[in-house]
Amino acid sequence: MSAGEQALAGIPGVPLALRGPAPVRVVAGFGFWLFLLSDVIIFSALFATYSVLSGATADGPSAAELFDKRHVFLETMCLLASSVTCGFGSLAIHRADAAATYFWMGITFLLGACFLTMEGREFASMVAAGAGPSHSAFLSAFFTLVGTHGLHVSLGLVWLLIMLLQLATLGFQPMVARRFFCFGLFWHALDIVWIGVFTIVYLGAK
Amino acid sequence: MAATEKLRAAAHAAMTFQRPVRTAVGHWLADRASQYPATRIGSILLGCMMLASCHEGVLDPHGPVGQVERVILYDATTIMLAVVIPVILLTLAFAWWFRSGNRRATYRPDWEYSGRIELIIWAIPALVILFLGGIAWISSHDLDPPKPLESAKTPLEVEVVSLDWRWLFIYPRERIATVNYLVVPAGTPVHFRLTSTSVMNSFFIPQLGSQIYTMPGMTTQLNLQADTPGAYPGLSAQFSGPGFADMQFTLRAESGDNFTNWVAQVHERSAVLDEATFTQLIRPTRGASELTFGSVPDDPFDMVAHGHLATLWSPKEAL
Amino acid sequence: MLGRLSWSAIPFDQPIIMGTCAVVGLVLLAIFILVTLKGWWPYLWREWITSVDHKHIGVMYMILGLVMLVRGFSDAIMMRTQQALAAGHAAGYLPPEHFDQIFSAHGTIMIFFVAMPFVIGLMNFALPLQLGVRDVAFPRLNSVSLWLTAAGVLLVNLSLFVGEFARTGWLAYPPLSELAYSPGVGVDYYLWSLQLSGLGTLLSGINLTTTILKLRAPGMGYKRMPVFCWTALASNLLIVAAFPVLTATFAMLLLDRYCGFHFFTNDLGGNPMMYVNLIWIWGHPEVYILILPAFGVFSEVVATFSGKPLFGYRSMVLATMAICVLSFFVWLHHFFTMGAGADINAFFGIATMIIAVPTGVKVFNWLFTLYGGRVQFTVPIYWTLGFIVTFVIGGMTGVLMAIPPADFVLHNSLFLIAHFHNVAIGGVVFGVMAGMNYWFPKAFGFKLNERLGKAVFWCWFIGFYLAFMPLYALGLMGATRRMQHYPNTHWQPLMLVALAGAVLILFGIALTVVQIAVSIRQRQANRDRTGDPWNARTLEWSIPSPPPAWNFTRLPNVERTDAYWHMKEEGVSRRELAGSFPDLHIPRNTPVGVFLAFFAVILGFALIWRIDWLAAIGLVGAVAVALWESWKTDLEVRVPSQEVAAFERAHAPLVHDVPSVELETVVSGAGS
Repeated sequence: MSAGEQALAGIPGVPLALRGPAPVRVVAGFGFWLFLLSDVIIFSALFATYSVLSGATADGPSAAELFDKRHVFLETMCLLASSVTCGFGSLAIHRADAAATYFWMGITFLLGACFLTMEGREFASMVAAGAGPSHSAFLSAFFTLVGTHGLHVSLGLVWLLIMLLQLATLGFQPMVARRFFCFGLFWHALDIVWIGVFTIVYLGAK
Repeated sequence: MAATEKLRAAAHAAMTFQRPVRTAVGHWLADRASQYPATRIGSILLGCMMLASCHEGVLDPHGPVGQVERVILYDATTIMLAVVIPVILLTLAFAWWFRSGNRRATYRPDWEYSGRIELIIWAIPALVILFLGGIAWISSHDLDPPKPLESAKTPLEVEVVSLDWRWLFIYPRERIATVNYLVVPAGTPVHFRLTSTSVMNSFFIPQLGSQIYTMPGMTTQLNLQADTPGAYPGLSAQFSGPGFADMQFTLRAESGDNFTNWVAQVHERSAVLDEATFTQLIRPTRGASELTFGSVPDDPFDMVAHGHLATLWSPKEAL
Repeated sequence: MLGRLSWSAIPFDQPIIMGTCAVVGLVLLAIFILVTLKGWWPYLWREWITSVDHKHIGVMYMILGLVMLVRGFSDAIMMRTQQALAAGHAAGYLPPEHFDQIFSAHGTIMIFFVAMPFVIGLMNFALPLQLGVRDVAFPRLNSVSLWLTAAGVLLVNLSLFVGEFARTGWLAYPPLSELAYSPGVGVDYYLWSLQLSGLGTLLSGINLTTTILKLRAPGMGYKRMPVFCWTALASNLLIVAAFPVLTATFAMLLLDRYCGFHFFTNDLGGNPMMYVNLIWIWGHPEVYILILPAFGVFSEVVATFSGKPLFGYRSMVLATMAICVLSFFVWLHHFFTMGAGADINAFFGIATMIIAVPTGVKVFNWLFTLYGGRVQFTVPIYWTLGFIVTFVIGGMTGVLMAIPPADFVLHNSLFLIAHFHNVAIGGVVFGVMAGMNYWFPKAFGFKLNERLGKAVFWCWFIGFYLAFMPLYALGLMGATRRMQHYPNTHWQPLMLVALAGAVLILFGIALTVVQIAVSIRQRQANRDRTGDPWNARTLEWSIPSPPPAWNFTRLPNVERTDAYWHMKEEGVSRRELAGSFPDLHIPRNTPVGVFLAFFAVILGFALIWRIDWLAAIGLVGAVAVALWESWKTDLEVRVPSQEVAAFERAHAPLVHDVPSVELETVVSGAGS
């Protein structure tokens, strides 16, 4: 029997590459991974631009003068904690436990919203102090890099709300579970990007 | 012996070899042309193009930089043609011989791999590239635009500012300036420092060699030399807006004495490149003509190069 | 109320544009009336506009590319005419304000709206068939990608009639593309239409990569995939890796223009060189995105019409993936003259040359596929032979310019223009034409007219040489690109020859349309009833032409490369698939693509003209459409087994039973 025939007959032990079309969950997850990689590349371009322009302060305020590391630490804790709660939420979905899902994903939402509020306040105070994005190339790069991350977090929160709504209306269908899985990937990826952001932007501030 | 000199010697050798080859090709073409009308038209066209390209532009250099670059062009092309021409001929030959109507050809329906052939077909491009890569490394370093030319003479300093849409040349030591033309002593290297007031341009004199971008708020450098007196056309090679095609200028190389006389004559001109004149000069202008300034009290080049005198266009000027 | 939009945006005083507007309007009206009178709307809506079938989407991409080829080529003819006239003191007929838009539109359209749709269209059509599966990984996303590309097309064409296009060249370098030097809407049209179509392309890249890596017939391991699938994989990986850089870079330029940021401005620390680097980090992989599938087409064609397997399969795969990876390490060769210094220039020059090695290997492998074969001189083989001859010249001039000092005298000259048209036309266009003629019978069930096909080839081939060989000479003579006029009158004869070549190519394009029309007229005589008119080697030829919506009734079991060829050799007949047929499930059509694109166009137009309320409508509408689609749970259509059985019965007697492997010339049939 050829590998293909074995795969079609459901015989185990056939290498993945020879098993024929993968199941929907694998296909959806893989496609979403690729999307996340493309998103990471957008961030890479923004990181590269930030690195090049970080010194172009045009006689305005520089990174070291502007950033409050304590504030950033709190933001980071919020975001990392939200990843943990998202993880608990994913386990709840796996168990098809609606109440736990709403609970843990709800906390994830709140923590994410905290992060955004703090970031929004930081941006607002910078603008009020005359350090808005149109004041120098460095500031343009900063606001765009960190702001793009914040935009992704915002869209993630909107997505989370929609997912909870879909859970409420459609129940634990495979389609809904798949989408929660993709959301989890997205949320954790944003965490990883944030680690890059606070390392390069905030800790690396000169 | 400096690397440039070595390359020049190689250039000379290559050129003397090229001539008999070109004559042979020319004879063959003429022979073919007499037999087939299509080939006749084709060879006339090819001949025109070959001849035409040879008396101006990049293939007719009048300076050391351009001459080395021409050698590189010829040598690299010849090396690659040694692979490209056989490939083209083999393609047509194989396709023709193995056409399905030709039963004399051996049909090998299962022949799809040969280790020896694989080795050769990876090796041939690799060897060519190895050789050309060496040329690229050496020549990139020898002909790096900021690298001064080998010469016993002191280089002439010229500052170049690309405006919209004309060229400003400032002689910082002589304290004179010209627009859309410049005069240099033949046989003396010229060290250019270049910048722009608004958008990117590219300073290019095909018969002297390398071009270099001019960019606002930045300074680039270039070293060229015109060996023989003459007028060498120059242009901008980076699109810069509606007046781009007007950015033609001329470099005139004069013998040493003529150059000194020219500088003296310019000093007697009344036009002054002061702040007011400069402000007028940088306004977008189309189809501009040549200008000469007898004195430059305050050299604006460094201000421009640091981005302090950038020009903005009004919407009408941008059209 | 209407932002920057007013009646003055419509160029009433420009006869060429107004004339074009009138003609286009009349043609669209005529088509609309014809379709309405014939009652074709329900069919078009059901079978094409809302289709998620990769075959239909592939065909629509090809139609899009063909239509935009006419627009992009009109720009080319106008440019050639202007340059043929404007020698010495003559001004030509196109003032700079128009000429500058025309060359910018020409490049933008040809790359983004002709070459990309053609290449993605071919991949869309052929990949699932070659992989032996029913559709791509994400069929609905596929439709969205197509319609987003169409949205970009619409915006670019709108710029002709309402407002203006960019006057910056096809890559819109700052500072020229910044608000200070391009205050009009032209650059905004450019940026938003490319952001929309770029999103579509990125989604396509994700879709097709997932398809190739996760959706293949049972038994089809990586080493048993057709080479076209490998080149498509490399191309789509490059799309996923490179297009986000384009999105980010354009976003930064948009922020500069709309929100007063300073990424690339002249003041407050902006750095235009950063843009140049970023845009070419996308730009170089982009050209490999275009050429790799064309290489794949040639691999398939040369193997099929030589009656032999492709020579050196593993070598080809290695070379393809090497090109894929290396294409990210060469971007600086597009701006050696920006002054990066000798070490950097030399590194990138050498890296560029290294890419020539796997490309050379591919050429040799095609040569040795011909060797020992029985070559049938079909239209696709004409294109292939024309490609090999032409592309190696273009590759040579490319390696020449990879030597930095050589580039110092050739950068931005007409020599450069000749080089990239050499590889783009000789490589991408010839590959698309070969693929079109090769797969047309599979898509529509009848062959294209051979004689006209060969005429089209000769027009393009001779036209190309006439149009671009003079440009090589002119570049050496010191002529730079994008000149609205030039001082040397003795350059004019060469410009005239180039114009003649362009006219010949125009004739070739017209003949393509004629070829399609005539072939449709002659379709009964050229009907392919076997599904395998070329006696080919890969799985797409094992099913009827045109294929049913579900492609394969039973997924084939693949045991080696060139699976179908060996199925034929071993006498595996399709009739052995007898027995009961199962119910099949195919993806349900949906209008989400066209609706999303509708709102995308509104959003794009509103952003260009700064009409805030309209932009809000576009955004909200797009989100609403996406949400509405995301709630759907009934995503598949059941094809009952009776229907499958009926289809199989109808086609079984017509599919020729395993031909013996004695090769006959299959290029025959009326109308050749």
